[in-house]
Amino acid sequence: MEKYAVYVPRLIKRKEKFAPGHRACIGCGEALAVRLAFKALDNNIVVANATGCMEIVASQIPYTTWHVPWIHTLFENTAAVASGIEAGYKAMKRKGVQVPDNVKVIAMAGDGGTSDIGLQALSGALERGHDFVYLCFDNEAYMNTGVQRSSATPYGAVTTTSPAGKNSIGQFSWKKNMPEIAAAHNIPYVATACHSYPFDLMDKVAKAASIPGPAYVHILSVCPTGWRSPTDTVVKLGRLAVETGIFPLYEVENGQYKMSIELPKLKPVKDYLKQQGRFRHLSDDIIAKIQERVEIEYQKLVEKAENGSKRAKRKSKTGAAKIST
Amino acid sequence: MTTRVGIEVSIALADAVKMANADVIAAYPITPQTHIVEHLAELVANGELDAEYIPVESEHSAMSACVGSASVGARTFTATAGQGLELMHEVLYIPSAMRLPIVMAVANRALSSPLSVWGDHSDMMAVRDTGWIQIVVENGQQAMDNILCAFRIAEDKRVLLPVMVHLDGFNLTHVVEPIVFPEQSDVDKFLPAYNYPLPLNPDRPVAMGDFAPPVIFTEAKWAQEVVLRDSKDIILECWNEFGKTFGRQYFPVERYHSDGAKVLLLTVGSFGETAMVAIDKMRAEGNDVGQIRLRLWRPFPFEELRQAVKDADILIVLDRAISFGGPGGVVASEVKAALYNLDKKPRIVSYVAGLGGRDITVAAFEAIIKNGIEIARTGSENEYEIYGVRG
Ligand SMILES: Cc1ncc(C[n+]2csc(CCOP(=O)(O)OP(=O)(O)O)c2C)c(N)n1
Ligand code: SF4
Ligand SMILES: [Mg+2]
Repeated sequence: MEKYAVYVPRLIKRKEKFAPGHRACIGCGEALAVRLAFKALDNNIVVANATGCMEIVASQIPYTTWHVPWIHTLFENTAAVASGIEAGYKAMKRKGVQVPDNVKVIAMAGDGGTSDIGLQALSGALERGHDFVYLCFDNEAYMNTGVQRSSATPYGAVTTTSPAGKNSIGQFSWKKNMPEIAAAHNIPYVATACHSYPFDLMDKVAKAASIPGPAYVHILSVCPTGWRSPTDTVVKLGRLAVETGIFPLYEVENGQYKMSIELPKLKPVKDYLKQQGRFRHLSDDIIAKIQERVEIEYQKLVEKAENGSKRAKRKSKTGAAKIST
Repeated sequence: MTTRVGIEVSIALADAVKMANADVIAAYPITPQTHIVEHLAELVANGELDAEYIPVESEHSAMSACVGSASVGARTFTATAGQGLELMHEVLYIPSAMRLPIVMAVANRALSSPLSVWGDHSDMMAVRDTGWIQIVVENGQQAMDNILCAFRIAEDKRVLLPVMVHLDGFNLTHVVEPIVFPEQSDVDKFLPAYNYPLPLNPDRPVAMGDFAPPVIFTEAKWAQEVVLRDSKDIILECWNEFGKTFGRQYFPVERYHSDGAKVLLLTVGSFGETAMVAIDKMRAEGNDVGQIRLRLWRPFPFEELRQAVKDADILIVLDRAISFGGPGGVVASEVKAALYNLDKKPRIVSYVAGLGGRDITVAAFEAIIKNGIEIARTGSENEYEIYGVRG
């Protein structure tokens, strides 16, 4: 709040593409993230949206929240639809058909639409190198259908299909590392972001759109309904996810890892977990196990970033980077 | 001047797509469709066809990419068969509801299990209700001609629906036939440049694929039904125009010695040509038999069918797919439904044969017709007959 005067003018000067009036829940972090992401883009875009909360809350015949051309078809095929849009424009442009110049295709889906059912279509589109941006809005479950687990649901979290019980601690598997999977396609740009770091998010989305070829931005989006957390803690939870190292913010540009925020000391994961109903049942043992895992994963990432910057320095010393001139 | 060449049907079909100057092809290989998409990839690679070829990672994505490219107004083609068509199934309903004029060739193939790469019509029947216009061809010339017609019909502003052209896997896709190639200039006149009325375009934003609450869903579906039904007039118009330009005319129900014949055989697809030989033979032997062939599967040609069978006492319908636990053949049940309320109608005998690539020879057709006549007279306990099954 003390930074209100700094933040607000920077945010509101950009035109809304995801207009008010949609039917997302109170305090929906995903809607906030979508709104911010699209503020970072200009109007020369076409949006392909997967089935999920953001599609349902923003469209209902005869209304739409979208001020830019938008298409929804199915749950798992958004990256493929985006491939077709991109190819269609490319072919028509080359053949002299009157179409707008430099249209950027933006595909968007939830964590389920991305890391589960849509993974194959996404992998295909990334591998083929279409010029598009893929935004994954990760609220860590299938929220639209009533909070069922996805492969992006974190270990221990309760959802309707990963309930805690005598024989279950909730989600039994560790969160699938989707940004790493995207990065493994050797695409020019991968980044993680969160609505609680609005300018970082907007910068990354803008950068993703400015780079030719496929770009992937994975955006943690707090869902108070599914996370069983108070609606006024959405921004705070996003920050805690980052500050605990649970959801690190970083970029992978042409294979080079770069941490977006320096965190000299991670906050305890307990600070984050204890504020959400979905983790309420976790014992100290389990929390310690999560703490350990988070630290290991975070360290791996930091090392990748450090190795990357060392490599970059070596390269500039030997002049290898200049070979192409 | 047109040229007549001996050429594999798949290659000619792909050449028709080239002559139609498609902008985007998104396809995934599956036997027996492969030669079509391989040749298209080659045409694009050689610069003979200026198009984007998207080598997608599945048929689900093939049709999804087609939806994407058609939604921005690009002329779009794909081809598939059997399992591929089934993997696309969910996506097929999208372009017909969104009024996106995609053209697809289906190299008809049986469905697993057991695996069979060979032809029958199980795939065609499984996508009956997807809202596509569906044309069935019987030889290579018809395949080539109807690909050109398909684009024109699909893109007509009164239609704007996707069109499937069904051709039998192997029996058509892999045979070499003499095919007359049209002149490019005539094709260009017949199929002018395409201009989709409401594409996704940042200059004029539209939303496609919003969700519909119950208060509007029925209306949306009814609108789709009306436009598909009404498309028949435009299909006829197109076939007429094609006839005038290229000298070959097509009809929703094709007749062969059917006028006045008391016994009729109805076929769908390439086996109809073998059946014609059987009909010739039986007629020469003094039998009053004729044949009708279904060219237009959707929209279903009710009037043309009723007209074609009005003098017949017996109608034997040959299906190349089983509707398990049901009335046998899907075509037979549709034909029954179309004729049921008529005062005067033929007795209908449903036959299933030619599954998974099994041939139906001239002798087999003779047997089917003779047995069919017998069954029509004596009646049968079976809902349908299956020809040539062992055990
Ligand atoms: C093929 C298919 N399977 C299942 C569904 C049901 N479904 C619709 S949205 C959804 C979950 C969406 O989850 P996610 O992608 O994470 O988006 P969110 O709603 O959480 O934003 C599911 C399971 C569907 N529409 N299509
Ligand atoms: S369920 Fe969650 S993601 Fe969906 S609209 Fe509500 S708060 Fe947003
Ligand atoms: Mg989700």
